[in-house]
Amino acid sequence: MPVASPLPAARPPPPEMDVDLDFDDEQDRDAFSSLDERAIEVRESSDPMSMLQYYRRLLPFKQLFTWLNQDLSHQPSRNFTHREFAFTLQNEAYLRYNSFSDADQLKREVCRLNPARFEIGPVYSAKPKDRKTVQKSGFRPTFRELVFDIDMTDYDEVRTCCSGKGICRRCWAFIAVAVRVLDQALREDFGFKHLLWVYSGRRGIHCWVSDREACELADDARKAIVGWLEVIKGSSNQVKKVDTSSTGGGGMGNHPRSLHPSLRRAIGGDGPASGPLKLAFVDTVLKDQDCFRSRRHWETLLQLLPSTETEAVGRLRTKWESSSPHSERSSLEKWSDVMEAAHRSGEHRSKSIWRPCLEDIILQYTYPRIDSEVSKHLNHLLKSPFVVHPATGRVCVPLDPEKVADFDPESDCPTVAQLLRELNSWEAKNGGGGGKPTSNMRATTASRANHSARKAGQGGGADNEDDDDDDDDSKGRTSASSPRQDWEKTSLKPFVELFQRHCSAIVKETRQHRKAQEKFSIDF
Amino acid sequence: MFRTAHPTDRVNGAASSSSSSSNHAATTTIHPTFNSKLVKPKYQHRLNFYSTPPTSEVTIEEFETWAIDRLKVLAEIESSSARNRSYAETKEVINSQLKRYLPLSANTAASKAIHLDLERRKDHVSHFVLRLAFCRSEELRRRFVKAETTLFRIRFETDDTLERESFLKTLNFDWQAVTLEEKNFYREQLVSVSPRIASTFESETFFKVHWTRVTDLVERRRVFVRGGVAWVPMKEQSSLVLAEFQSRLSRDLELTAKALPRLDEDDRLLPVLSHLSMGFMAGISNDYYANASIAADGETVITADMVDSLIKRHAPMCMRNLHEQLEEKHHLRHYARLQYNLFLKELGLPIEEALIFWRRSFSGITDDKFNKEYRYNIRHGYGLEGRRLNYPAKSCARILTQDQPGPQDNHGCPFRHFSPQNLSSALSRHYSLSVNEQSEILSAVKQGHYHVGCTRLFELTHSKLGVKKGEGLGNGESVSHPNRYFERSWSKFRQVQGEGEVVRLEGEDSNQGEEKVKEDGDHQVDVEMLSLP
Repeated sequence: MPVASPLPAARPPPPEMDVDLDFDDEQDRDAFSSLDERAIEVRESSDPMSMLQYYRRLLPFKQLFTWLNQDLSHQPSRNFTHREFAFTLQNEAYLRYNSFSDADQLKREVCRLNPARFEIGPVYSAKPKDRKTVQKSGFRPTFRELVFDIDMTDYDEVRTCCSGKGICRRCWAFIAVAVRVLDQALREDFGFKHLLWVYSGRRGIHCWVSDREACELADDARKAIVGWLEVIKGSSNQVKKVDTSSTGGGGMGNHPRSLHPSLRRAIGGDGPASGPLKLAFVDTVLKDQDCFRSRRHWETLLQLLPSTETEAVGRLRTKWESSSPHSERSSLEKWSDVMEAAHRSGEHRSKSIWRPCLEDIILQYTYPRIDSEVSKHLNHLLKSPFVVHPATGRVCVPLDPEKVADFDPESDCPTVAQLLRELNSWEAKNGGGGGKPTSNMRATTASRANHSARKAGQGGGADNEDDDDDDDDSKGRTSASSPRQDWEKTSLKPFVELFQRHCSAIVKETRQHRKAQEKFSIDF
Repeated sequence: MFRTAHPTDRVNGAASSSSSSSNHAATTTIHPTFNSKLVKPKYQHRLNFYSTPPTSEVTIEEFETWAIDRLKVLAEIESSSARNRSYAETKEVINSQLKRYLPLSANTAASKAIHLDLERRKDHVSHFVLRLAFCRSEELRRRFVKAETTLFRIRFETDDTLERESFLKTLNFDWQAVTLEEKNFYREQLVSVSPRIASTFESETFFKVHWTRVTDLVERRRVFVRGGVAWVPMKEQSSLVLAEFQSRLSRDLELTAKALPRLDEDDRLLPVLSHLSMGFMAGISNDYYANASIAADGETVITADMVDSLIKRHAPMCMRNLHEQLEEKHHLRHYARLQYNLFLKELGLPIEEALIFWRRSFSGITDDKFNKEYRYNIRHGYGLEGRRLNYPAKSCARILTQDQPGPQDNHGCPFRHFSPQNLSSALSRHYSLSVNEQSEILSAVKQGHYHVGCTRLFELTHSKLGVKKGEGLGNGESVSHPNRYFERSWSKFRQVQGEGEVVRLEGEDSNQGEEKVKEDGDHQVDVEMLSLP
């Protein structure tokens, strides 16, 4: 493995590099063994040679094409040909406004440039690569998936386990509940069907909505959806960031406070009727993250309590202040103190003052924090699925929204190095590519890659489990010509299959739409 | 003869020189496709959706003067939004303008003095003339639609309820009504969206429309949406009507733009039209940008070294806050950088000095990272990269309403985006204001009058320089742009320091600054003593 190859200057050195530098060559080995395994993994994964191997053999270009094209792969539509791709090369150069006529052309260019990553933009009214030949007014974005980006950095003020670029299984719980709430809102409120959730490779998750209606939304409609989904507002200088009384439809005057149905659904009712946010608040915020343990954190909590209830808040403060450092009250205990204070205030005040306030706190700590700028504009670029995150070496894999909570970004996400190892060992086991060097596999075009894959796949036997899925002609064709794709030999398989099912559903709908239109025009 | 060099003379010129032939109807030209029946339309309603073009004869003079009258109103609407007037204020101003230039009376107001049909015809014709003038570019179309929609909204809201209803009936919207069963099934949800209707729920009517037609309601979560369909209560119908007005108008404008080339043959109208659209562009931007381009000071060249002392003494709180954040964290996030960079640019900080300033401030990063990630960004703000646009510094209107700060951001307006506690502690930290003084600012802020809070802060911090309460930035002007705040502060300071003398800002000058703070401190004591009984 090309561990020792020189690194491009722009890539940050792995964390333990400074240890390495202090030793002489003879001690290299010792120093090397002390390197964190993960740092090696990152280095191997983002190494240019590994990347090239990954692009040539593993990245599912065909499926990517079908997904963007929203139609059968032998019929490239404007959705693909007029689509912008932007490449970030290994030296950080950024190339915008690329467009391609089909999946093969895209793959060829990716293999030629060997970018660190690439992003997908909107469909323009003309081919992006020809933009200089058309009038300025004739070149504008017309169509693109509605996208959302949730990033863990926005949770820094509520999570206690990591900060900044870090992510662990524990803070992933925040993402999991965010996905649940957003997925539900997009499906139930707006009626979208084709939602693709993609792990962003480090500390976040992306959502791509491919429904035709969603793709055609203008900027102001996108902004409206963002407004609908944005509950947490205000700068870092604002303590109370959620105020549903002013946005939810007025709890002013004589009217009892009422929470908008979409927020009510997310929070849920009492006891067994609890919604995802309430559950996450107890499990994640109170129990796991213990968000109100330190003084700084519980001070924030006190500020969020009803400002009119000075006496009760004062009592809570003295209680929490007086507890000694070792017998400090846990967040769960503090929360039950708050609940008790609410009960003690009498039924009327508990209902009209405390309850809304506590619900606001739950929202502030658990409601999805989306990066709104990403979603508001038609022409925002977003990293493509199956691209590799340069800092972690992890592949941006699609996830099943039902199972996001079970996903552990630390261990369940394949890295490039891992995938290449799996591929090698599969070949060693199944003959074909066995003892041969991997350079044998360096076929530039897809067909040649498939050819060698078929050779390699002879021992494995054809795996026809996808054949029942007759909606996707393209897949039928490729699986006929090569029984086993390289990605099927690795742990990338379940992710690509998930993606394939997603694409088939989109293609099916496009077909139905076309049929309906044809019928309509014949009737005329 | 019509290619006159003084377009302002055109009105008279056209009127006096118009022979009977050129004074002839412009009807067929306005809408070439329209089958011209010379029937005088009868205007049933005060409001007009402008779905059919006027078919009566129009003299060239009417053609132009009516359009100019309407233009004055639209220009006022635009400058209202540029000046960050609230909707209520805008409505007041526009109503008085409307009375003067474009009166439109209700059916009930008909009398001998008020000629309903004439008023309505003027409204109708002027709208269509301006359509011709403003369909030419994307930018003009967008602005025209925005201004016209606001105008329609103001009139719609002031319309007589009965007349409005009968007007709406004529429009034939294909709104689907929610059936009784559906309504009762979702009762809980519907009531929780708009609690005000709880008592009248039985009689309330809901319409089903696709959610994209009521984006403003969706954005504020003021409507129940299910499966992409918004259930809009009757009382929110104005949203629907406005959205409909707006979408029809933008669609029609594009159609007009396509038909416009056929008008080229008529050399009487084109000059009028291009003059009109120029007037719109120039009229408003002049007013707005002339203010903005007053340099803070003609003589002194500001350097990176001076930024710190200048900001601490003269900048409004939003910029002071960003400056302090930058000093503390050695970093600012994107929008904060944008807000501050453009402010410094307009202050007169040259790009070379700006790069030095930012490089020094971002002390925690390497040169390489700075050059790669921030240099471009700063130069971009100066119009030296990318589209090379000379971006104006953000006005209060933009800071208050656009690019709202996210949970980690520091930009924005402290009066709006700080919690009261943080605002109050920042006020005492940076300006050492007494509790009395603060409470004045805080109560203004609480009512949402952020600019009042900011203006009051100016008055308080400049009281030693002779600024009295209510005087604002001068003559009662309130703060509407951070750079105006700075300029007034600086010029006041220099006035007091000595007429026309350029103040030295380094070295001993910082001592003066401290003295000034001290003086302010003394002054506070005075105020407190005065407030004792």
